[in-house]
Amino acid sequence: MPTGAIFKFHNDLDTDQIIGSQYLLLPDLEEMKVHTFESLDPDFPKKVKAGDYVVGGENFGCGSSREQAPGVLKALGVEAVIAKSFARIFFRNAINIGLPVIVCKELPDDVNTGDVMELSLSEGIVKAKGKEYSCTKLPEYMQNILNQGGLIASLNKEV
Amino acid sequence: MGYTIIEKIIRHNTGAQNVKPGDIVTVKADRVMIHDIFIPFVADKFEEMGFKKLWDPDKAVLIYDHLVPASQLDDTRHFRIGDAFAAKYGMKHVHRSDGICHQLMTEAGYVKPGDVVFGTDSHTTTYGCVGAFSSGIGYTEMASILGTGTMWIKVPETIKVVIEGKLPEDVMSKDIILRLIGDLGADGATYLALEFTGSTVEEMSVSSRMTIANMAVEAGAKCALFTPDEKTAEYCEIKLNEFQKSLTGDEDAVYKKVIRYRAEDFVPVMACPSQVDKIKPVSELEGIAIDQVFIGSCTNGRLEDLAAAAGVLKGKKVADYVKLIVTPASRKIYQEAMDQGIMEILSEAGAIITHPGCGLCCGRTGGILSDGERVVATNNRNFLGRMGTNKVEIYLASPKTAAACALAGRIVSAE
Repeated sequence: MPTGAIFKFHNDLDTDQIIGSQYLLLPDLEEMKVHTFESLDPDFPKKVKAGDYVVGGENFGCGSSREQAPGVLKALGVEAVIAKSFARIFFRNAINIGLPVIVCKELPDDVNTGDVMELSLSEGIVKAKGKEYSCTKLPEYMQNILNQGGLIASLNKEV
Repeated sequence: MGYTIIEKIIRHNTGAQNVKPGDIVTVKADRVMIHDIFIPFVADKFEEMGFKKLWDPDKAVLIYDHLVPASQLDDTRHFRIGDAFAAKYGMKHVHRSDGICHQLMTEAGYVKPGDVVFGTDSHTTTYGCVGAFSSGIGYTEMASILGTGTMWIKVPETIKVVIEGKLPEDVMSKDIILRLIGDLGADGATYLALEFTGSTVEEMSVSSRMTIANMAVEAGAKCALFTPDEKTAEYCEIKLNEFQKSLTGDEDAVYKKVIRYRAEDFVPVMACPSQVDKIKPVSELEGIAIDQVFIGSCTNGRLEDLAAAAGVLKGKKVADYVKLIVTPASRKIYQEAMDQGIMEILSEAGAIITHPGCGLCCGRTGGILSDGERVVATNNRNFLGRMGTNKVEIYLASPKTAAACALAGRIVSAE
């Protein structure tokens, strides 16, 4: 099971906070990612390491359709986003680019930034602070897209 | 058993007899929309996926609106990439300076009742105003649709919103949707369809319905739907066919929830900084000083919105230190507002009238604010940093309320 540090955020975290619209014109995610969560924690891109987790509350990723929101998180090496609930477009976009998004009602209230957690995606289990949390499993259709590394990989397989 | 509107559209689109919430189905897109911000990413992904041609160039619409006219270095790169993509794949529907994408999709006749439409923008829910199922998606998914013409969706449950009666004079449809978002919460309709019905809704213009459908996504909704009627037919310049006429929620359809309002109970409201569901009556906010007012956007930049503002502003002047920015949603609206003398009234009152486009709403151009400033705006989002720095306070309101605030230089109720 991959272990990583937690970065925790609040309810109704919108896509403008993940990546501001003024940065959407930058040519690629590599240039955009240094602005991730800039309005909330400007040092986030420096602090986060590959394999770390973002934990949110209700309605994570609400707002615009910008795919760069899950995109910059993936580009920074975030392993998965765990939240009580996700906004529709963010959820879809994340699956399509191969970033696991996991619904877990209890974990977000129990943990804080700096805590460590482990995730088993196939079993739908998160472990943190000596406790085990079960998460909502993805429908098979989405699990398949995710397993193949996102929509592009899964389309290439179909073609 | 009966069906909701979204279930009827999906049954028609897929040919499936039985459609129930939770089913994952593959739908055919009747139309798709891509705007200037995301076209370079769509183009990249399309080629990465190995597609050689668009599934149907006639069904794809490319609209430049967020970046028109270019305000920052390198913005025009998006137009060059868009033009090259359109030329290479034979796209004919390209709008380079005609207005905001969501306004043009219905105004220029690209969307008809009962259609299934996807766009690279969250406010794609707008086309539910004519009874179409329309929803926002990301650029990778758009690239996939451009190649295949199809997309998988989960059939949503529906919340039915019934509004009966006559609205008070100072209330606009913006006040209705703001109130609903406040009552539901910013995630109260996540993954769900919203269906609007009742005598108040039947009385409403298509433009007013558009405002409601536009903001449905602010409660998390996948789509918003209005039953197509004679007003819809006139707006779309069509005669409704049997399928389109059938797009009403059946008596025995199953709804997740039914919410009922009396039109007379609505009051002018605002969404306070910085959450769309932080709704308060304007009467409780009176006296708060403001620096700017913005009337425009795909939410409230239509002719009836400009006319409502002009009604408040006629023969008066905006407060000395307030900048009133008016941005018509499309070139057609701009011209109609000129023909009807609305622009003259606005200009004489001291408004700064800009070209049609997304402008200030997406925080790129035309009145960006700085730390400590406060704006009353008719668009759809008051998120932190949306219209300038992170320390700008945005209050969302109807055009009538916004115009009254511009005159007073502080938050007030329209008379």
